[in-house]
Amino acid sequence: MSDNHNSAGGVPTTGHIWDDDLADFTNQPPKWWMLGLTASAIWVVVYWLMYPAIPLAINGTYFKGFGLPGSGQWTAIKELAEDQAVLDEVRKPYEDKLKDMTPAAILADTNLSEYVARSGKVLFSDNCAGCHGQNGVGTFQTGKFAEREKGYMAPILNDDDWLFGGEINTIHETIMGGRQGMMTPHKDMLSEKQIDDVTLYVKAMSEQGKDKADADASVAAGKQVFAESDCTACHGADAKGMPAMGSANLTDKIWRFDGSIEGIKQTITYGVNAGDNARVAVMPNFTEGGKLSAVEMKKLAVYVYKFGGGTPEAAPAAEAAPAAAN
Amino acid sequence: MNEPVRKRADEVVGVTSLYTEHQEWSTNLGDKTIHAKRMPGTFRTIKYFTESIWLFFFVGAYLRWDGKQAMMLDVNHRQFNFFNITILPQDIWMVSLLLLILAMTLFAVTSVASRVFCGYFCFQTAWVDLFTWVEEKIEGQPNQRHKLDAAPWTANKIGKKTVKHVIWLLISLLTGISATVWFEDAYQYWHDLMHFNLTIIEFSTLALFTLGTYGLAGFLREQTCLWLCPYARIQAVMADSQTILPAYDIARGEPRGKLRRGAPATDATQGDCIDCFQCVQVCPTGVDIRDGQQLGCITCGLCLDACDSIMDKLGRPRGLIRYASLDELEGRPVKKVYQHPRTFVYLTILLVALGGIVWGMTHLGSLKLRVDPERQPLYVRMSDGSIQNKYTFKVLNKTDHDVYVEVSAQFGIKDQKLIGNEQPKLLTHGRSTAFTIFVKAPEENILSETTKIEFHVSNTADPSMAAEYTSKFSAPKR
Repeated sequence: MSDNHNSAGGVPTTGHIWDDDLADFTNQPPKWWMLGLTASAIWVVVYWLMYPAIPLAINGTYFKGFGLPGSGQWTAIKELAEDQAVLDEVRKPYEDKLKDMTPAAILADTNLSEYVARSGKVLFSDNCAGCHGQNGVGTFQTGKFAEREKGYMAPILNDDDWLFGGEINTIHETIMGGRQGMMTPHKDMLSEKQIDDVTLYVKAMSEQGKDKADADASVAAGKQVFAESDCTACHGADAKGMPAMGSANLTDKIWRFDGSIEGIKQTITYGVNAGDNARVAVMPNFTEGGKLSAVEMKKLAVYVYKFGGGTPEAAPAAEAAPAAAN
Repeated sequence: MNEPVRKRADEVVGVTSLYTEHQEWSTNLGDKTIHAKRMPGTFRTIKYFTESIWLFFFVGAYLRWDGKQAMMLDVNHRQFNFFNITILPQDIWMVSLLLLILAMTLFAVTSVASRVFCGYFCFQTAWVDLFTWVEEKIEGQPNQRHKLDAAPWTANKIGKKTVKHVIWLLISLLTGISATVWFEDAYQYWHDLMHFNLTIIEFSTLALFTLGTYGLAGFLREQTCLWLCPYARIQAVMADSQTILPAYDIARGEPRGKLRRGAPATDATQGDCIDCFQCVQVCPTGVDIRDGQQLGCITCGLCLDACDSIMDKLGRPRGLIRYASLDELEGRPVKKVYQHPRTFVYLTILLVALGGIVWGMTHLGSLKLRVDPERQPLYVRMSDGSIQNKYTFKVLNKTDHDVYVEVSAQFGIKDQKLIGNEQPKLLTHGRSTAFTIFVKAPEENILSETTKIEFHVSNTADPSMAAEYTSKFSAPKR
């Protein structure tokens, strides 16, 4: 192969000789290669003028004034904005519709509610998951630092038990206006024994159902405390809670804070949002200060509803049985 | 295989014979244009026929079926259309089987008869053949072409070259257009092309194919086969001593020598080869087949035609260059085609892949269901103590019309209840529709942490159009 090409043919060498007889010819590189090299060098200058390259330049990082196509035009942030505009364009038909729709109407629209569920996921992660847990599974604190903190930080949103009601509009209201839990501490109203008794009764109601618990002789004392003290004022005579005031349903399997004997006792003794050692249960108001836009809150309402626990609007109040027990 | 045939006896033993070999070995680096001679003959005819398969490439995209393009690789809409079959990305595994079939066909054929694809079917071979045919019509026979190439730039030469290149470019352009129209509506494409209304992608595809064809078939030619094409390299591992390929019969041909006037028709001191170089002159890649099988040989058989025509003139038997295996040439017993295990391995793989495609095509189905159980949380305890699981359904409707489906489940938990399937679900055609289904079951009936559950979707109007998917129901630890 080499015999056919680059024969010495009078071409001088560089004059440097290795290993007795090896030397470099001073042959020119191929013409196409040299042209490419020159073109690249020219292009570097053009490129340098067209795109941001001089950090010290005033009013942008361009060398302006040559009128080259694109010079002084391109910035990374502008490119990002353009990409986002494309995305916004895709979303626009949906977003426009959402503006004038109620959450219930969005929920009824299959396509729209699928769209909302997707953007709702991001909103939920950013604003809600901190307390309610990713995907609304709840965050159970172990009470490592303070015993009163043992229990769920915020209600689980996947189940069908709601303190204030699980209808789409109620969920929407909760997000817009926030909620404040309340329960009187009983450490000064009831004796230690009475608190223990009523704790057992409440636990029995959840585990066996109210009717069986009522018939259970071993928790009779607690039943009496429940009926005679102020419990029924908020939780109702049937112990099913009142969504209007956000009191918990004590007869179902769901516990707002902690369903263990110690946990229930803790709640009864120190109450909720009531000073020392009390449970803390505050849902912030997301309208205030423009934390979320109206459309975003609608999206969240639909998203939360679709976790699977949402209560259909038409359901009779008695059956809707909200309230997350204790 | 590349060893030269001629070896001087005194040099075979010495190390210096290596240098002799090197001197004899010429490498085609494309510094000289090869102008191959066109001779009629059996293999030339076969080649015309096999190459005309590519005519389908130019016309196939214009076939219509049901008012739509019959065959379209509709990348824009992520689907392939073949007559009334639509292949969506979910069925794309069949394409890998198709590729396997093509590869195995290539392997099997090559193991039997060497580079049949290269010589008779390859687009490079076909397009170069077409381009040189045009060249011959304009510039004349090979010797005239050589002369023209060397001649100064007269008006005549400029005229001929211009006409040639314009025709080449037109063929290339048509090739570019034909390659593009398989990927979108052919008639719409022509309409856009005529109005200079192509998108940047369409235009660059067209430019790429046009210039590619012009460069590869017009200028690079056999250099493509020699230095660019990977298949030329792969073929070596598929051919063995049983493979038949165009080969020069050394025993009969050597020692070669020029035909001398007046010499006896059968000169015992000379072989049958009269060193006329016809076999080299017709070769599209410019190799000398008498040097043995080599990389440059695309096994097109044109040298067989050339040699046979000379043997006919000399009154000697045909087949000095013929399709023969190494076994045959070296006098070993020749095995039958069916005594070639490798070919059967290739064929078996081919049949399995073919079976896969047949199965796939007959089981395309109209609905495709996929059910993803929610992973966080795996299950939810409801207020009445029951356990609820959430499933995301994705149903692909492969038909060309919207359908309603109803959802049901089998197995799972006793007394389980599906929530969210009260209304039939609308599935938009050609798309995947997603919806959520909940399954709620009493805790006392749940026997293990995970339970198999099988979901069904079926068309409300035609229950035979259905799909199922097996998933699982999760529950707290038992």
